[in-house]
Amino acid sequence: MTDRILTVRMEAHPQDSHTLATYEATGGYRALRTALSSMTPDDVKAQVKASNIRGRGGAGFPTGVKWGFLPEDLRPRYLVVNGDESEPGTFKDRILLERDPHQLVEGIIISSYGLDVHHAFVYIRGEYPKPARRVQQAIDEAYAAGYLGSDILGSGFSLDITVHLGGGAYICGEETALLNSLEGRRGEPRIKPPFPAVAGLYAKPTIVNNVETISNVPWIVANGGAAYAAIGPERSAGTRMFSLSGHVNRPGDYEIVMGMTWRELIYGIGGGIPGDRALKTWIPGGASAPWFVPDEHLDTPVTIDDVGANGSMLGSGAVIVMDETTDVVAAAHRIVKFFAHESCGQCTPCREGTTWLERILWRILNGAGRPSDLDLLLDVCDNISPGLRWPPAMTTICPLGPSAVSPITSIMRHFRDEVEAKIRTSEGASVG
Amino acid sequence: MADASDKVTITLDGRQVEATAGELLIAAAEKAGTYIPHFCWHPRMKPVGMCRMCLVEVETPRGKMLTTSCTMPVADGMVVDTASAVVEKAHEGILEFLLINHPLDCPVCDKGGECPLQDQTLGYGPGESRFVEEKRHHEKPISISDLVYLDRERCILCARCTRFSEEISGDPLIEFVERGNHVEVNTFPDEPFVSYFSGNTVQICPVGALTAKPYRFRARPWDLEAVESVSLVDSVHSKVSVESSQNEIVRISGVDNDPTNQGWLSDKDRFIYEHIHSPRRLTVPLIREGDTFREASWGEAVGLVAERLGAVPGTAVAGIGGARATNEDAYAFSKFMRSIVVTPHLDAQLDDGLDPEFAAAVHPRARIDDLERAATILLWGPDLKEEFPVLYLRVRRAAAHLGARLVVVHPRVTGLDLVATHTVRYRPGEGPATLKKLAAGDGDLAAVRAALNEGPVVALVGRPGLAEDPRLAEAVAAFARDLPEATIMPLVRRGNVFGALDMGLAPTLLPGRVSVTDTAARTALEDEWGALPEGVGGGATEILTGLVSGDREVLVLFGADPMRDHPDPTLVRSALEAAGFVAAFDLFLTDSSRLADVVLPVAAFGEVAGTVTNLEGRVQKVNQIVPPPGQARAAWSILDDIATAMGGSLGATGAERLNKEIARVAPAYRGVTWDMLDWGDGREGIVVPLRGADQPLRHIPVDTGVPTVTERPAVHSARVLYDDGAMLRNCPGLAGLAPRAAIHMHPRDASILAVRDGDRVLVSAGASVELPVVIDAGLAEGAVYVPFNLVETAALGAPRSIRIDVVREDAS
Ligand SMILES: Cc1cc2nc3c(=O)[nH]c(=O)nc-3n(C[C@H](O)[C@H](O)[C@H](O)COP(=O)(O)O)c2cc1C
Ligand code: SF4
Ligand code: SF4
Ligand code: FES
Repeated sequence: MTDRILTVRMEAHPQDSHTLATYEATGGYRALRTALSSMTPDDVKAQVKASNIRGRGGAGFPTGVKWGFLPEDLRPRYLVVNGDESEPGTFKDRILLERDPHQLVEGIIISSYGLDVHHAFVYIRGEYPKPARRVQQAIDEAYAAGYLGSDILGSGFSLDITVHLGGGAYICGEETALLNSLEGRRGEPRIKPPFPAVAGLYAKPTIVNNVETISNVPWIVANGGAAYAAIGPERSAGTRMFSLSGHVNRPGDYEIVMGMTWRELIYGIGGGIPGDRALKTWIPGGASAPWFVPDEHLDTPVTIDDVGANGSMLGSGAVIVMDETTDVVAAAHRIVKFFAHESCGQCTPCREGTTWLERILWRILNGAGRPSDLDLLLDVCDNISPGLRWPPAMTTICPLGPSAVSPITSIMRHFRDEVEAKIRTSEGASVG
Repeated sequence: MADASDKVTITLDGRQVEATAGELLIAAAEKAGTYIPHFCWHPRMKPVGMCRMCLVEVETPRGKMLTTSCTMPVADGMVVDTASAVVEKAHEGILEFLLINHPLDCPVCDKGGECPLQDQTLGYGPGESRFVEEKRHHEKPISISDLVYLDRERCILCARCTRFSEEISGDPLIEFVERGNHVEVNTFPDEPFVSYFSGNTVQICPVGALTAKPYRFRARPWDLEAVESVSLVDSVHSKVSVESSQNEIVRISGVDNDPTNQGWLSDKDRFIYEHIHSPRRLTVPLIREGDTFREASWGEAVGLVAERLGAVPGTAVAGIGGARATNEDAYAFSKFMRSIVVTPHLDAQLDDGLDPEFAAAVHPRARIDDLERAATILLWGPDLKEEFPVLYLRVRRAAAHLGARLVVVHPRVTGLDLVATHTVRYRPGEGPATLKKLAAGDGDLAAVRAALNEGPVVALVGRPGLAEDPRLAEAVAAFARDLPEATIMPLVRRGNVFGALDMGLAPTLLPGRVSVTDTAARTALEDEWGALPEGVGGGATEILTGLVSGDREVLVLFGADPMRDHPDPTLVRSALEAAGFVAAFDLFLTDSSRLADVVLPVAAFGEVAGTVTNLEGRVQKVNQIVPPPGQARAAWSILDDIATAMGGSLGATGAERLNKEIARVAPAYRGVTWDMLDWGDGREGIVVPLRGADQPLRHIPVDTGVPTVTERPAVHSARVLYDDGAMLRNCPGLAGLAPRAAIHMHPRDASILAVRDGDRVLVSAGASVELPVVIDAGLAEGAVYVPFNLVETAALGAPRSIRIDVVREDAS
């Protein structure tokens, strides 16, 4: 049974997994040849659909279903690969870009063939110069080898790929802000609908997929969608990249089959907590995800649906582990500060609310908390994400605003006594 | 157009309500009487859903969902809750967020009392703020243009101003910068927010973040009195609200309507009122005494004018002007000249417009709103941005947002070129040849010709420049007339010029779009007025040459300043000097009225009520809100006194009475009365003639053959929005905005003359003026452009040929 797809080559060829020579020597571009010579575009789409792969960018939307949203009769269509990866603790796309760029390029070509796309874009985080360079090199090599450009491998199919570097804004990872940014506008999320599949880049039908999602396509086409679907639990098919960080002995990127428990992930794969200190809490899917605690969640399976049912998400696959020495108020403050800093500022609740939340937390941390702050924090959160439900309701345009709510509801739910203690010790202090 | 099949039914707070499919929920709710609070949504701009104030709950298969009603199109069966507990809490939350950084300096804020943020806080906001931290601070207010201040502390970042400048006016010079809590409205470095339309941003800003310099701290909204009126800055006649405090007009705001301005104004429309209260306004009659004037009583001034007009044969008297007056004043002047003085020499235009019959009665005639449905727009006339700024906005909207194809033919780059599908440049004088080539689709104009094949076509035709033959416009119209579903809009700019022509202030026209040669109509009018003068009179230029030659002896200037507005100021000066007597009705002592023998101070805009007619033939009402200063009076009443002193009678006892007379006497205006314009649909104006009524003159344009002139350099002389006209000169806010005069040359012509940008040249026609050179690649080769009527160019006028001498520095 396959348990690794994306990281096999980089592990076997640590020096040159990014080169065309190594890629071809290890079976690269064979799936493309198969697709172009013996599959119709509809066959490609059917395989992706059958694979049951769900998007790896955060929302976990079934990729085959998304591809089906493209209107039949509108051309041109675009494919945009989202490599903006900027959420704290997320660094899995980075190694896919840097260490196996041809895998992504082949995925783009096959996907574009399936989608009848003739111009694809790769949007890469601005702080990823090396990964961007590697991808550009791979694209250049692919052009030279006839895998890109016009009449690819004599098939009559043509495709160009453009690499675009971001300008240092997390919000440009949100797909519609990304499209604005690509068009040269301010990186602000658009109102949906229309969804990008209907009106995306330059108002044309556009598929936006994560780097990891598209990197799986060559394997799916080579081995068949059914083979992919057979890996892992039914609704969390395939392998998945996780970025493990924080208080673990072996932080790093891991490709695993979903379905193991959090205990196995943190203690097995992550090697446990340094100094055998006690696990306090962890974030299961990136900074915007509500936190998990050992008492409730250690034996919860690592699947999209199990995590969702427990009020959080696998999101971008970033697992941030915090041990007993962690000041959770400080940790929450740091995350809220990140979101406040990264808010695009379009919508009132996010622009004003996230900063306000950050400043209340800052006050509490700095000895100027007030007892009324507990209710205030939750009520401000409620005005950004009404009802404090999961998945979150929003008064905002995009989920960034509600993302800042997660750490606060998490500490108020699991560590309210610690927050109260900070406020008690600060009573009598003046407001900063 | 919406038909029954577009109707959908939605449930709004439990009520079944009908709406139009695709319409935004917020608009549909408002029509159904349910107000949804909002800040960023503006009905004339695309929604952005940013402020989040308009959140409502809409039922979905997955339960109730909060959605912004400004971005949600209605769909049949939609169930909406605008006042649920969740919605109310959201509204309260948004307002609290908006207020945490708001300075709450309402007592010193111009917007206080008419502020959506104040109103909505009262209606939907929290009682108190829980925000204890330090508010955001910004320098305040900062000047972002000559007319506008920005106070960032008050800004709620609704993007109305930035969207206006990008989407509507097309000069995107204000933008958001930074992100998150640091987002702010900003201008680009070294580029102030220079826009002919900046005042609109002040009007639509939902808080006091943008304020107008001329209005700042002038009044509190609750002290303002307001009347509806129309702007007379050009012949579009944008709907405005004129607001006064203590008998002084302090503000003009745009009023939304479909037919004309859709709520927008140019800054000239908005701030021109300042001249009305200028200390230089004339407030007493003046009589010449040698080189100066002395003040006189009305009795003396009227007596003198009556005496001098009566002392010569009627045909020795001529009248110029009337295009700035109301229809009633123009009618009174027409009747006075034709039936009391008995002269046919009358012209409201100054040889700066079009043939009067063509302008008044071209058929088929376009309406501004036809632009909303036009497939193709042909503009061969003035640069609309400079001369018809609100019409520029309407054409821009059609081309940029409604998918119309736009063809612009002009000697120089125009404000609309950026949104045009095709632009054609030609040397002034070569218009006829260019037209022939366009009509035939020859050579590089084949694609342009093809673009004109899809109707409906709206052709906007006028004089691209004052040095060009006015007959060219008619030739263009004759071509355009045969394009698919074509309608034609004649472009003549001055205030109420179309009303003046319709009142017979033209050598060839009698009131009501009647030709002076129409015998039946003459007889009918003689029954009302008494005997009319024989024959067709002379136009402005003929009148002026007549004065020089002695064929005419007396001139009445009826609110006209030919020294500044006629293309040949040298001729005007000799005519005024040669005239035996000149009487001038005026607001100011202008270059022209300064040469008069008697100057009669008249009431200005806002000081009289009346009707006016725009370039579509739309009759609307202007209203009085302040009294005229000093002894200044309505022009019709002065004319009535002069008529009486001459032993006749005008029967002009009031503007409303004159209006009734027009409705009776002027065929195209039959049945259109004053009271119809104050209420209901009439508030949008009535296009004359009324449906079904007759219009005696239907002018079908014909190409009478215009000679091509190939002189080099050809002169392109055109107006800019802010020129050195008497009204602008007397507006403190606008007077400084006139551009620096220069002579523009195509780079190749400049290199032939061996001049560089900034070099000085002596430009000579009737007069000589020294001007700096601007190299202008947007100009047709072989042409020079000299802006008309700036301080430095006024003496030149608009000559058809000029001489250029390079001024060499070293000749000391
Ligand atoms: C605030 C925000 C940031 C995001 N950042 C990323 C990102 O860095 N990379 C990414 O692939 N998706 C990101 N997403 C998700 C994208 O909007 C989009 O859903 C995703 O790229 C779709 O790809 P997938 O279907 O392959 O997952 C972000 C979403 C939000 C709301
Ligand atoms: S929620 Fe925040 S990041 Fe998202 S659109 Fe609104 S302001 Fe921008
Ligand atoms: S200045 Fe006024 S119109 Fe512009 S964004 Fe701020 S509040 Fe809105
Ligand atoms: S009015 Fe709808 S979001 Fe501002």
